[in-house]
Amino acid sequence: MNKLSRRQIITTGLAATAAVSGLAVAGKLATRYGLIPPDSGGIYGAGETLTYAAQRVLTRHALAREFSQSQISKDPFANPVDPLGEEFQRYQSRGFVDWRLVVDGMITRPASFSVSELKSFPARTQITMIGCEEGWTYIAEWTGVPLSHILELVGTLPQARYVVYRSIQTEGWDSIDMAEALHPQTLVSYGMNGAELPVPFGGPLRMRVPRQLGYKNVKYITRLTMTDNLKPFGKGLGSGELGAEDGYAWYAGI
Amino acid sequence: MRLEFDGYSVHSACAIGTLPRMTETIRPRHSFLVRVTHWLTVLSFLALLVTGVEITISHPRFYWGETGNVNMRPLFTIPIPSSRSSVPTGYGYVLPDQNGWSRYLHFQSAWIVAGTGLLYVAFGFFGGHFRRNLLPARSDLSPTRLGISIAQHLRFERPSAEEARSYNVLQRLTYLVVIFLCFPLIIWTGLAMSPAFESLVPATVLGGHQSARTIHFFVTGFLVVFLLIHVLMIVLAGFRNRMRAMISGRVTEP
Repeated sequence: MNKLSRRQIITTGLAATAAVSGLAVAGKLATRYGLIPPDSGGIYGAGETLTYAAQRVLTRHALAREFSQSQISKDPFANPVDPLGEEFQRYQSRGFVDWRLVVDGMITRPASFSVSELKSFPARTQITMIGCEEGWTYIAEWTGVPLSHILELVGTLPQARYVVYRSIQTEGWDSIDMAEALHPQTLVSYGMNGAELPVPFGGPLRMRVPRQLGYKNVKYITRLTMTDNLKPFGKGLGSGELGAEDGYAWYAGI
Repeated sequence: MRLEFDGYSVHSACAIGTLPRMTETIRPRHSFLVRVTHWLTVLSFLALLVTGVEITISHPRFYWGETGNVNMRPLFTIPIPSSRSSVPTGYGYVLPDQNGWSRYLHFQSAWIVAGTGLLYVAFGFFGGHFRRNLLPARSDLSPTRLGISIAQHLRFERPSAEEARSYNVLQRLTYLVVIFLCFPLIIWTGLAMSPAFESLVPATVLGGHQSARTIHFFVTGFLVVFLLIHVLMIVLAGFRNRMRAMISGRVTEP
């Protein structure tokens, strides 16, 4: 084994110091520009942070593919959900006329919208793919209100960084960052293939995030909460038992 | 005992003096960078393979085109039980779901293998590794010479001492296919399954989202066959010496 020369020791020391300070600066910058996901801890945190940061840098404004009418799946698959409780069935029996979407948190005008109110807002219709983390996909035409429109309507404060959305199925809550929430294709959807959104597919209201996997597209949403911090929600991982708390990545753009 | 080492003579501290052996030559074989990137690739590939199998179990059906789900006819099905009750497999039971950590580890390993690959390819081009060690000699590519090499492999002939120093023509061609065809294709088809990445680079070129998944599966199969033959060849050529060459960088020649 060679003896280390003084020059080698100094060079190595300087390189190590530079690397450590470089990483520290990178970490500070990443936090500042929102490139650190809530599940950045643990043994898989490094890979997850790289994925999220890379996707945010490269695809912040990119549009999900939109397809032609002829590509709409004739046999879309509705992933089974836990049994819908009595409360849901009461809403269903009344045709969801009294279903409300409550909006609260870091906003200036707390609000609550019925499905018909949401339908009176400017709508967007898009033919996009939904893909499950298991590997299967289907294409459908979705109609809904761009989430950005709702965020604007309620006067979302500039310091809000995430939108937490909750379902009537309490375990199925999730959240997305502002880049995804303000993306033009992110919809609070109420229509599918030209008809009302069927219950197995998430009707009356489903969060449609076409640039993320199926599990971020929570069915039966009832409440939106704007926040700058995900720590107080559940275990602080950004999504509930159908997402991060079950060991799945919070960011599901991959 | 005296050992020749790259033109220098060194005195061996090994206790092999009792064996009636001639002077052995120890030659440098693989560079430090080749060895480090080789073992990093081995580790990441194994992690990717195990987690990839695990993810496949949640939907062991493959399709061609953009869409595919249990309501559609698959291209083929792997006859194994699934980790999802929604997949009809014919087996009466459902395997436990391990997709959460499998996905985390899959993508973390993908980052490592992609980074390692970039480093290796940069070194290969600029350090002369590809030109020196992987580019086959023009004379070796004649049908006669190729035929001889194929016949030698098919007879499982133990390679000549010469081959401990450099790769034979079939080895060179196979490595080139793995490095410049399989790895780029498996990375691209993997990324093509990411809904966010698809917003940047559509999977249309690959035949669609499900086609990308199916190609990803077949390239994995090809790489597993490559791995098995690679290990078999190492055993045939002398496991200890070849492993030593890839770990310490030196090879012993009688």
